[in-house]
Amino acid sequence: MSENAPLMQGKKGLVMGVANDRSIAWGIAKAAADHGATLGFTYQGDALEKRVRPLAESVNAPLVLSCDVTNADSMDAVFAEVEKTWGKLDFLVHAIAFSDKDELKGQYLDTSRDNFLRTMDISCYSLTALTQRAAPLMNDGGSIVTLTYYGAERVMPHYNVMGVAKAALEASVRYLAVDLGNRGIRVNAISAGPIKTLAASGIGDFRYILKWNELNSPLKRNVTIDEVGGAGLYLLSDLGSGVTGEVHHVDCGYHTVGMVAVDAADEVSELLASLNGNKG
Amino acid sequence: MSDVAERVKKIVVEHLGVDESKVEDNASFIDDLGADSLDTVELVMAFEEEFGVEIPDDAAEKILTVKDAINFIDENAS
Repeated sequence: MSENAPLMQGKKGLVMGVANDRSIAWGIAKAAADHGATLGFTYQGDALEKRVRPLAESVNAPLVLSCDVTNADSMDAVFAEVEKTWGKLDFLVHAIAFSDKDELKGQYLDTSRDNFLRTMDISCYSLTALTQRAAPLMNDGGSIVTLTYYGAERVMPHYNVMGVAKAALEASVRYLAVDLGNRGIRVNAISAGPIKTLAASGIGDFRYILKWNELNSPLKRNVTIDEVGGAGLYLLSDLGSGVTGEVHHVDCGYHTVGMVAVDAADEVSELLASLNGNKG
Repeated sequence: MSDVAERVKKIVVEHLGVDESKVEDNASFIDDLGADSLDTVELVMAFEEEFGVEIPDDAAEKILTVKDAINFIDENAS
């Protein structure tokens, strides 16, 4: 690397949805910044602003903006500011999702219409709404990365309506990739394994999901935000220039597994027993 | 003051950026120390890491004061 320019030198990107230093989006942001990218961040609400600002400052991000993805004016204002400051955009990291915590436990069957629509709006449609605004600024091509989870493909306990929204998000990635391909704009998703983040704390029994993945994934552990950051860097940079419309799993291989790991059977039974014990 | 209490208070001081003198046993994270709802989740995660203990959701919901945290860890940390 020493004789080459840093991978992301001259590239400017917007990272939407960092909550704190455990956020997956922060792992991606750090990787991009470490390789020379100039970053902007958006947050939603005061509680998140308080957390995002110090992180943005730590990577000398010139843009820290409020953005409510349910509000067209708010999104317009963000991209107007991006255009004013940079005149262009090279990449976008979409790490935004929301659902009522009460519906991220128990059965999907009980999903309310209001929360279904709100979950789909914030977690799925926002990618399309933001891409509509970002693409015109990606004059030299661009890369858009969103975050998804295996619960989009297979049923995961408690993931419920978020799994349905992520399935629609993954389909959106494919349609957007086709729509924007002739403009040199790539759209991909990273399907990260479970990571203990602020957002994940809203999901029922999350620590069991973590432990289950650790016991049963081919690599016998969980992924870190730095590993997702590495995959994000690949998709955002020219290293991934031939990749679009892809859902890339960064999950220690868990998605390839069809059965409980036989060599972890004892620990798996202990885990199941403690889960049952807790349910009384 | 026990070792656990000292370490809990240190985490609270660092995370919430409050003065050490305000972090009394009966101080409520939200009412007395200015924590928001995300802070309470982050504090629980910090306690779990510091003490290698797992704090289930239903227990976490009951950790409202400094003393609640110390008691939970005293009873559950190995």
